[in-house]
Amino acid sequence: MITTKLRALAILSGAAALVLAGIFSVPASADGVVNIYTYRQPELIKPVLDAFTAKTGIQTQVLFLDKGLEERIAAEGQNSPADVIMTVDISRLTAAKAKGVTQQLADEEINKNISAEYRDPDGEWFGVTKRARVIYASKERVKEDHISYADLADPKWKGRICIRPGQHDYNIALFAAMIAHWGEQRTEQWMRAFKENLAHKPDGSDRGQAKAIYSGECDIALGNTYYVGLMLTNEKDPQEQEYARSIRVIFPDFGADGGTHVNISGMALAKYAPNKDNAIKLMEFLSEHEAQQIYAEKNFEYPVEPGLAPSEIVKGFGELKADALPLVDIGNNRKAASEMVDRVGLNDGPSS
Amino acid sequence: MSKPLRFPSPTIGGRSPGLSSAPVRRPRHPVLGTAALLVSVVVLLPIASLMLIALSGNAEEWRYLFGSILPRASGVTLWLLVLVAVSTGVVGVATAWLVVAFDFPLRRLFSWALVLPLAVPPYLAAYAFAEFFLYTGPVQGLVRAIFGFQTSRDYWFPDIRSTGGAAFVMASVLYPYVYLTTRMIFLMQGRNIADVARTLGASPGKVFWRVLLPVARPAIAAGVALVLMESLNDIGASEYLGVQTLTVSIYSTWLNRGSLEGGAQVALVMLVLVLLLLYGEDRARRGQRFHAARGTHLRVRPQRVRLHGSRQLAALIIVTLPILSGFGVPLYVFGAYALRRLDQVGSPDLADAFLNSLLTASTAAVLTVALALMLINAVRLAKSRGMALTVRLASVGYALPGGIVGLGLLFVLARFDNAIDTAMRNVFGISTGLLIAGTAAAVVLACSIRFLALAEGALRSGLEKLPPNLDEAARSLGRTPLKSAVSVLLPLLKPAVLTALMLVFVDTIKELSATILLRPFGFNTLATFVYENASRGVPEDGAIAALAIIVTALVPVMLLSGALIRDREASM
Repeated sequence: MITTKLRALAILSGAAALVLAGIFSVPASADGVVNIYTYRQPELIKPVLDAFTAKTGIQTQVLFLDKGLEERIAAEGQNSPADVIMTVDISRLTAAKAKGVTQQLADEEINKNISAEYRDPDGEWFGVTKRARVIYASKERVKEDHISYADLADPKWKGRICIRPGQHDYNIALFAAMIAHWGEQRTEQWMRAFKENLAHKPDGSDRGQAKAIYSGECDIALGNTYYVGLMLTNEKDPQEQEYARSIRVIFPDFGADGGTHVNISGMALAKYAPNKDNAIKLMEFLSEHEAQQIYAEKNFEYPVEPGLAPSEIVKGFGELKADALPLVDIGNNRKAASEMVDRVGLNDGPSS
Repeated sequence: MSKPLRFPSPTIGGRSPGLSSAPVRRPRHPVLGTAALLVSVVVLLPIASLMLIALSGNAEEWRYLFGSILPRASGVTLWLLVLVAVSTGVVGVATAWLVVAFDFPLRRLFSWALVLPLAVPPYLAAYAFAEFFLYTGPVQGLVRAIFGFQTSRDYWFPDIRSTGGAAFVMASVLYPYVYLTTRMIFLMQGRNIADVARTLGASPGKVFWRVLLPVARPAIAAGVALVLMESLNDIGASEYLGVQTLTVSIYSTWLNRGSLEGGAQVALVMLVLVLLLLYGEDRARRGQRFHAARGTHLRVRPQRVRLHGSRQLAALIIVTLPILSGFGVPLYVFGAYALRRLDQVGSPDLADAFLNSLLTASTAAVLTVALALMLINAVRLAKSRGMALTVRLASVGYALPGGIVGLGLLFVLARFDNAIDTAMRNVFGISTGLLIAGTAAAVVLACSIRFLALAEGALRSGLEKLPPNLDEAARSLGRTPLKSAVSVLLPLLKPAVLTALMLVFVDTIKELSATILLRPFGFNTLATFVYENASRGVPEDGAIAALAIIVTALVPVMLLSGALIRDREASM
């Protein structure tokens, strides 16, 4: 029988648990710590962070958020424990700056290591790696050696293209780049024709598109370069190696207007960073050779360090002629790109 | 036209005086009443803060939403809700009826196994169904092997990435809500009334349509309302299957179009839908309340009708399919992945995540049920419609997406903590920093706010089954209304309390969006562990954790099933 006393006890223990949970969450600013809020999954940045800790002895604490990272830091305000923001996609970086959760950093070392086109002119964000959005093409069914982004709307590809959902960040960035190059009207025409070339409704991830090509559902797909490297070396899931081996990478471009669309992953110093010195040390480390090397070898990304080559596997894809479009232009067109995807109904798939 | 039987019973919280002829004056309880109002307000604060954000958006935003996004998203959402409501209604009621009214081999096994799909979160189910039914999955592979097709253009197969597909996925894992509530009512009242009807010569079919179904209507409504609210708040399954629901629009407006105000505006529209839903549920629950008056129970349990031959086979098929679909498919898909990742089983990260899940879920369950008890009692004792309305509104959090409730709570908590910090700085010169925001307590609070409706619903159902003259009986023994609540009502509500605890526990284990947003450093639950791997495009790495979610949720789900059987038997 639940008596008054028992019930009070239950409520008290609930409250006590709440308090304990609050107390036992790790304190945010102990000495020798840098706190990272990241949109990148912890697995991906673990190698560089481990190397940082091994070199400097500073511990890292990582919080992965899939949405609302800027809102959280902004809401936490002065008392926010965030030191460094790590993220993927240029528009996330510009959004963080626009939201006012970053602070300016003018660090000689970092500015020397990262060339100006990959960092904010005001010093509020810095690109750390590059990735290109390329075409995965079936080795057996696609004979072409070169396909431009514009070619994707050509009716000869009808029913042969797969992509991940249109509103995903990577696709939106690409469409934003198209708007920057071609203007809205031409991009919308392109998108409508592209939509009719899809084999089925957009779904899955970039890796999933490789799987789709392998199974014969489609012949070409859009995807980021590093996934191919990750799939080719996937020991835990050898099946993925099969998928990757069935495709080859084609570097599309904007014809005379520009090269292959690239995006960046980047870092920024949080506005109210409690461990500012440690944060700057981390950011310097990420721009330096050791970290850039790890990014290239482990994540199969293109390093931003001038002159540093990507891994052998990535080199094997072919030569990357990066689009010279300023990255901020991509960020500026993001909203228009997202609205266009809705208007055209890209996620509905082909109408036939 | 079938007319439901009407038993003129007074209802708890209703207006009719009941047995006593003189109007009964119940003294107000200022303390409990104020506490309940306070709790309701606190629970509604996150939603209120989002509404404020919505209203701070500009007119241009509204125009774009109303012109382009809302009509379409509302249409898709309504269609999804209709499909889910009808399918869970049919499946839930049919299986409940079969299990209660008939006897066939393994009936007892099925009667608790039918609840198993509740342990699978919709986002995991969506992933599993996609793997299973898409081109590269075993089903289409089999079709191609049997019929010799080569490519997807050679044959037609229903696409799981559609509104219908999403409805199929959600119905498969949510029908147990309807099954549970309907089975309970069939067991409690249905069988005796059905027996009476049969002695008057009605066939089993007539008994079902003209007696059982009308009696069960409030229970079915309650179950379907829960299902619909879970369907509304889902982001994982809809987004994964490419269905443009209102919730998906909230997130894409916020994240892709960079407008939190716009997202909050869509949430406002969704809120209207939820209020309509709650109102509909209340209408359906009104008018027929049957109390388990012990005196009228038959001593001997009425016989179940034994099934043979083709009818037996049909019944077995009908009860097996939902279990295979909602539980079997996810188990198969994640089991296959997990077998390749058995090395993960001993990993400390996974053990950590598991413990965190348990801690959060149990704390949230206790807190939520305690709050719900207080609210329900306050309503019962105060007997004011204003109070009842406020408390009912507090359930709204259940239908809103977790990330949105989490965001609202983040704003409220951060403001609160910063206000205290500023005050302390000014007065004492010390900084208290963030107190609740960014700790595990924030996660527990978010879950409590979200799942208050679950606890409240379960407790209300328990309360409705009790005779209303219980109050008078207790009062006649000299107990104050509050004391009667505690020493008489509470023990009788024990099964309902346990049900509420388990429902909140299971849903917290499955909870993802609010947890990711609000948690502190190094705090992973099983759900966030799965997500961190799935969002990298490597769901296999999260398969063991996914199975762990299902298994951890299974335990209370099975206890729930068992507890309800015992409850029924105890009341006879």
